[in-house]
Amino acid sequence: MPSPIKINQHVAIMNIQLIAIDKSFGNVHANDHINMVIPSGTIQGILGENGAGKTTLMKILSGFYQPDSGRILLDGQPVTIHSPSDAIQNGIGMLNQDPLDFPPLRVLDNFVLGQKGGINLKAGKARKSLEEIQNKFGFHFNPDNYVENLTVGERQQLEILRLLYLGAQVLILDEPTTGISAEQKEKIFKTLVKLIKEGKTVIFVSHKLEEVEGLCSQVVVLRQGKVVGEAKPPYKTKDLVRMMFGKEIKLAERYSCKNETPRIVLKDLCMEDSRLQIKDINLQVCRGEIIGLAGMEGSGQQLFLRSLAGLVVPVSGEISVDGKLMNRKSYHNFQKAGVYYVPAARLEEGLISGFSLTEHVVLVEDQRGFFIKTGAHRLAVQNKIKNFNIQGKPESQVEQLSGGNQQRLSLALLRSPQSVLLLEHPMRGLDMESVIDIWNKLQDYCRQGSSLFFASSDLEEVMRYSDRILVFFGGKVSKALVAEKMSVDQLGQMIGGKGFERGA
Amino acid sequence: MKINTILLNIGFRILAIVAAFLFTVLIIAAIQAQPFEAYKNILLGSIGNPQKFGEVVRAWLPLIIVTSGLMVTYTAGLWNIGVEGQITMGAIFTTAVLRLLQDQSIAPGLILVLAIIAGAVGGILWASIAGLLKIYGGINEIFAGLGLNFVADAIILWLIFGPWKRPGVGSMSGTIPFKDTLRLPTLPGSPISIWPVLIAAFLVITIYIVLRGSYFGLRLKAIGKNIRAAYLKGVPTAKYMLGAFMLCGLCAGLAGAIQVTGVHFRLVPSIASGYGFLGILVAMLVNYQVLWALPVAFVFSTLNTGSIQLPIVMKLDASLSGVLQSSLVLFVLLFEGVRKKIMGKAGDG
Repeated sequence: MPSPIKINQHVAIMNIQLIAIDKSFGNVHANDHINMVIPSGTIQGILGENGAGKTTLMKILSGFYQPDSGRILLDGQPVTIHSPSDAIQNGIGMLNQDPLDFPPLRVLDNFVLGQKGGINLKAGKARKSLEEIQNKFGFHFNPDNYVENLTVGERQQLEILRLLYLGAQVLILDEPTTGISAEQKEKIFKTLVKLIKEGKTVIFVSHKLEEVEGLCSQVVVLRQGKVVGEAKPPYKTKDLVRMMFGKEIKLAERYSCKNETPRIVLKDLCMEDSRLQIKDINLQVCRGEIIGLAGMEGSGQQLFLRSLAGLVVPVSGEISVDGKLMNRKSYHNFQKAGVYYVPAARLEEGLISGFSLTEHVVLVEDQRGFFIKTGAHRLAVQNKIKNFNIQGKPESQVEQLSGGNQQRLSLALLRSPQSVLLLEHPMRGLDMESVIDIWNKLQDYCRQGSSLFFASSDLEEVMRYSDRILVFFGGKVSKALVAEKMSVDQLGQMIGGKGFERGA
Repeated sequence: MKINTILLNIGFRILAIVAAFLFTVLIIAAIQAQPFEAYKNILLGSIGNPQKFGEVVRAWLPLIIVTSGLMVTYTAGLWNIGVEGQITMGAIFTTAVLRLLQDQSIAPGLILVLAIIAGAVGGILWASIAGLLKIYGGINEIFAGLGLNFVADAIILWLIFGPWKRPGVGSMSGTIPFKDTLRLPTLPGSPISIWPVLIAAFLVITIYIVLRGSYFGLRLKAIGKNIRAAYLKGVPTAKYMLGAFMLCGLCAGLAGAIQVTGVHFRLVPSIASGYGFLGILVAMLVNYQVLWALPVAFVFSTLNTGSIQLPIVMKLDASLSGVLQSSLVLFVLLFEGVRKKIMGKAGDG
């Protein structure tokens, strides 16, 4: 009879111990004396609201950052992790919030990236390894497909395979379920369970209570850079919420518009990019209305939003804003008409790394004279920081802010009054408190007469906040469905393409 | 910035200069010459006597003018490699105006002013072509600039050996020198003229202020850091990039005009004297800080002027000064990289 403690000799055990980890960015104390023990063969949940220091801690463990002080012990041995490749040699692999892969390369190329070895890549061997490892976990990749054609979820799966192939014993996942479908989420979770059965360790960073409760063997809660509590199953949701926020919070009520003046009218609008074609959209959206764009990522929501923003020129049809025909006008003309677009990629497109909050505020304001009057903006910046509850200082650079605070800044930078707001995954990666907070702000805008379009992969969010919903499926767009008459199930089926011919 | 960081920054710069110095000592020793002898000659031939010192300053002025122009394109994230051709075009335009007006009965001072303005126009024109190719033609400004440099070279050679050749036969020594009244007046007993000094001072101060404190400067910086985000935030990127090119072209053109009116007094094939590329090196070295360009450009001019002595006195190749300058740049950049690696991890989050 096999002894239960006998472990496959290929499987290394890895207990992780973090001792008094400290890390500051400028004035922000991101990690404040953090102690943690993570036993191998478990899924360790790291829960916390936006800016709590979760990502920083994980980036320290995976070598992206160096701690200001503190020690990391692996199986009792102190280690210094200088870089991500150092981390992977120590068996630690991290999956980032935004996939750090190389979209123009093929799946196979991405898979072998980061491998030790000379110039000879041994493509044949790598291909075989990819085949083996993806069969093991039930993934299906064509090695010759280009990564830019994959969805976020698939890129994530590929990254997991790559890290395992590189010998990761500890897998860190930072907010892995943002932007992926429910199906892909299931798949990832099953994979994680499989991994810990092999004795590997998983660190699961999230702000989503359900996921953490359903998956993790134990949970540590961070708040403002400190460990504020730990929990083991069975979890009590109320306790976790209180630990995360330091208080209990309630959701905002849905606001529904009754105003009938059309804000934006789309007439027989057709648009296309290199992958997708969207045909014959007819839609009237009234002032104050919120339109949710549901669908798998890459089904045309971005093309739709960018066409409405004037970034993509429609093939045919008409867009009018407040009765003004906007066809073939430039993006900056759309802005002048009060149409604002907030892209999903905050640091790539939304904000300028290296610029401070103040510099951003000055950049988007109307030019007054040739020279910038220093000091004249201090009040404006401080107001924005206060009104939008941004955790940062006027002189903080945007890349030092957490994702939620970057998003708050993006919204704070929008000029008012806005006629039409176009938001691409506005709440991606944000904690519950930020989501509620920012939605309150957006609903305020709508009450003042803005119309809002937002794309989201969170069905509940789409259901909760939209007045009407457009479902996207492979470039097909449904009629505008009244949200109140829909159920999450119906919506889920449409996203999967069911009943589309009839519905469209 | 904390005092420690500043000290560390300066320390690394000094270390880089020492390393570059040692490296060139090795190179000079490798060609079996006396390194210290060579340095002594460079110093003697530059800041060693008042006349030579004047020449250093004369070379320094166009270099800082070009460099401050390059700061503008550099800020916008543009590599204006075409600056060399822009200097050449400036010189050509200036020469054209001088030749056109030299026999007219117009006050020489006015002719000079017109000629210098023409130089600025020539530089702007050549830079605009690179800018338009980049913005609307999708051609990388490095390649557009390189191509335009060759074209400018061809034009200047054609002019010197064709329409503008000396009576009888064209020669590499250039066109006929202009008469004394069409040369920038110099200070008594010195080759320095007050005109380029004023132009340089004006440009350096203006560009310093514009890049530091104007909406134009902030928007250029935004473009340089993230053009996509800048566009989405409402910055008219095409207009501003073209503006950056034109401003840089203006500076380059003025440098070309000064080369004609204040240094060579005629058009010579190598009128740009490599100031464009040298300016790029200086701009890289000082990394956006316009005021630092002044001393760095001065060191470069010293090396350039002083190394003319090397072939005469020591039978060494004058290109040694190029080796000095480029190893200086490489070492400074290298040490900058090392410094970032050492202290950067905390900073760039």
